[in-house]
Amino acid sequence: MTNSQFTPGVVPGRLSHDSYCTNFSDVAPPLDAHQARVESDRCYFCHDAPCTEACPTSIDIPLFIRQIATGTPEAAALTILSQNILGGMCARVCPTENLCEGSCVRQTAEGKPVEIGALQRHATDTIMARQSHPFLRAAATGRTVAVVGAGPAGLACAHRLAMHGHDVVLHEARAKPGGLNEYGIASYKAVDGFAAREVAWLMQIGGIRLIDDWQLGRDGVLADLVGDYDAVFLGMGLSGVNALRLEGEDKRGVEPATGFIAELRQARDLAALPIGRDVVVIGGGMTAVDAAVQARLLGALNVSIVYRRARAEMPASAHEQEHALANGVRIIENAAPVAIHGNGAVREVEFAYTRRGALGLELTDQTFRLPADQVFKAIGQTLGPMPAEIALESGKIRTDALGRTSAAGVWAGGDCALGGDDLTVTAVAQGRDAAEDIHNFLMGA
Amino acid sequence: MANLATDFIGIKSPNPFWLASAPPTDKEYNVRRAYEAGWGGVVWKTLGAEGPPIVNVNGPRYGVIHGPDRRVMGLNNIELITDRPLEVNLREIKSVKRDYPDRALVISLMVPCDEESWKDILHRIEDTGADGVELNFGCPHGMAERGMGSAVGQVPEYIEMVTRWVKTHSRMPCIVKLTPNITDVRKPAEAAKRGGADAVSLINTINSITSVNLDAFCPEPMIDGMGTHGGYCGPAVKPIALNMVAEIARSPATRGLPISGIGGVTTWRDAAEFMALGAGSVQVCTAAMTYGFKVVQEMISGLSDYMDHKGFTSVADLVGRAVPKVTDWQYLNLNYTTKAVIDQGACIKCGRCFAACEDTSHQAIGVEPGRTYVVKDEECVACNLCIDVCPVDCITMKELPQGDIDPRTGRPVASYANWTTHPNNPMSRAAE
Repeated sequence: MTNSQFTPGVVPGRLSHDSYCTNFSDVAPPLDAHQARVESDRCYFCHDAPCTEACPTSIDIPLFIRQIATGTPEAAALTILSQNILGGMCARVCPTENLCEGSCVRQTAEGKPVEIGALQRHATDTIMARQSHPFLRAAATGRTVAVVGAGPAGLACAHRLAMHGHDVVLHEARAKPGGLNEYGIASYKAVDGFAAREVAWLMQIGGIRLIDDWQLGRDGVLADLVGDYDAVFLGMGLSGVNALRLEGEDKRGVEPATGFIAELRQARDLAALPIGRDVVVIGGGMTAVDAAVQARLLGALNVSIVYRRARAEMPASAHEQEHALANGVRIIENAAPVAIHGNGAVREVEFAYTRRGALGLELTDQTFRLPADQVFKAIGQTLGPMPAEIALESGKIRTDALGRTSAAGVWAGGDCALGGDDLTVTAVAQGRDAAEDIHNFLMGA
Repeated sequence: MANLATDFIGIKSPNPFWLASAPPTDKEYNVRRAYEAGWGGVVWKTLGAEGPPIVNVNGPRYGVIHGPDRRVMGLNNIELITDRPLEVNLREIKSVKRDYPDRALVISLMVPCDEESWKDILHRIEDTGADGVELNFGCPHGMAERGMGSAVGQVPEYIEMVTRWVKTHSRMPCIVKLTPNITDVRKPAEAAKRGGADAVSLINTINSITSVNLDAFCPEPMIDGMGTHGGYCGPAVKPIALNMVAEIARSPATRGLPISGIGGVTTWRDAAEFMALGAGSVQVCTAAMTYGFKVVQEMISGLSDYMDHKGFTSVADLVGRAVPKVTDWQYLNLNYTTKAVIDQGACIKCGRCFAACEDTSHQAIGVEPGRTYVVKDEECVACNLCIDVCPVDCITMKELPQGDIDPRTGRPVASYANWTTHPNNPMSRAAE
């Protein structure tokens, strides 16, 4: 018997084969050459441009847009990639409405910013289609650096080190490099295996050796890395997931949103991926939105995001929220889970409405229940086990302005390190800047 | 709605908007469509002498300068005068004029520089019932190589001679179309007047190369790997045309000579500007070639709306109204003092005023926290560049009243004084 959207429980194949292709196609198709030219004409070429100031990697945005406008998208791509080697992915996943586009003066002037993200994708797609890597390595220095984690921070760090002539050994705990780009973002944001293609393109710089399925603590210890290499960069991200700490959390069907997204990203056949009829996502960030929307696209009939504060306070951008709503996701604000009901498998989640009290958020006695055969937890991730010599602060690795940790010869960046938003673009900036400091350190500057 | 009826040297049209002699007016089909669309008049594309028709290139005839979003800012052409037989043109002119008696129909002419050629063509034009002739002394490409077009227009004596022939052999109103490819447009205008011209029209196209193909290393438009200079027109030439119109309108030797204004007229506003500088009618080509004949509807409604707001009941109220305000630099008031003022509420903080002033002008704009750009009155010379580059028009010039201290000079703003009496001018006349 075939399943439909109405089939109860967590089952695969709720949709027709074609629906999966349509639902998971490119959410923001690329600009063609004409669209790019029209859009690039809109840039005012601001002085000390606010978009550049808003970009964590400080891409010279007016310059690259002018380069597109004058018919040199590959020069534009170099402007982008010299600051942000993952500019292709950032063009797809950056919350631009909070960063460059949010500060565009045309947003102020007419409520419609220059489409910087789409233009950045136009430029980076153009140069990547050339099938050759645009950066050259400096003369070999004879130094080798260990980078732990092949996510955005680790990749950016490794590339910049390789450019400076160092050798890099990149240690990745998972089967594939890419980190959250490969495992942690919605599929429709980076279609056609873009994350893997981008890593392969980045690695063309040379001098980077990848060791996969290698986890710090399990397959080696920090002290050995420090002993074996000239420097170490930690960019392993956040491997733990915050628990709801609720009765019934162990019931079948209650799982981390990150696990669901990773499974979906790696699925060969989306029709074989089971999804609930009634799905509840708890949390208010990008991960919550990515999980909720993809649940809908897999055929879940009812999907709700429940967030404990008001919508305006959701970490997910307004654009992301609109995307969820447009895909039929219901957003319930000011409610927190209090119990998970079910017999073996989850059947319902019970919530209490919240209010702002004198001591912060407090629960009211107004409660409601949502039917659920699947619950995705998206209330934040945590750092995995850390070596004792690495000092932590607020649950993350403490670094100084140059990315140095408390341990000599060890740098850190990305989501595992304190400071900055947990964004791909921030991780790239931190990885790149740590690489520059490692380079200075190694070369005795 | 204001009355736009125009009487230009006795040629009447329901509005002052004429299509210039150019590709859009080459044949009956187009001209009928133009009249139906509302054009007040048409100058028929230039006719040549009887004989084998002119030939044109069979590759591209136009080059272009694009603004943002491929907006046509300037157009260049290497098309010659009509390449259709004279008899066909004459027959069509007669047919159109018969059906549209209320519209102006002027025939542009370009024949070899001998009296018989002109005498012959004029008699044939008179038979068509057309309202007048325009002498094409302007085209800078192709025909000029054969001693016609701008080759005549660049020699005032030739202009005078040919104009005199035309006035001798025809009673039709005669407009002399001037080329801008000269150093002082007043000289050919004076020659036309001496020859008896009823009016001048200007400008014809400007000699130009609009672009170079950087793969073929060849000017565009490219004809089998070679290019040539062509005639430039469109919005980009309007400032040049306005100045030439104004020079003729205010020159003592030509003051009062009727002018048909041509050069980049794209909207009613452009037309009104030409008229304010003395044009009794305007001629349009590039706007029609870019957008089609319908653009005249906006010109008609816009000019009418403007005249209503100003209380003008006839186009004569507008024509020449700005001419007395055109003067020489030496008579400008050197004590007139203004300062740029940025409307912070309207500013979008792009910083272009700052970049322009800091890098290329007088370092008269400062940046305060929050990307707040503020004019330093003690440095501002009121050059206007900040206003010119502001994308949202949030900067204005504020006049300092007489007696106020100019923070830049530390001296009070004085009353009118110009260069002719300025102490730094070695030629200044002693105050008496």
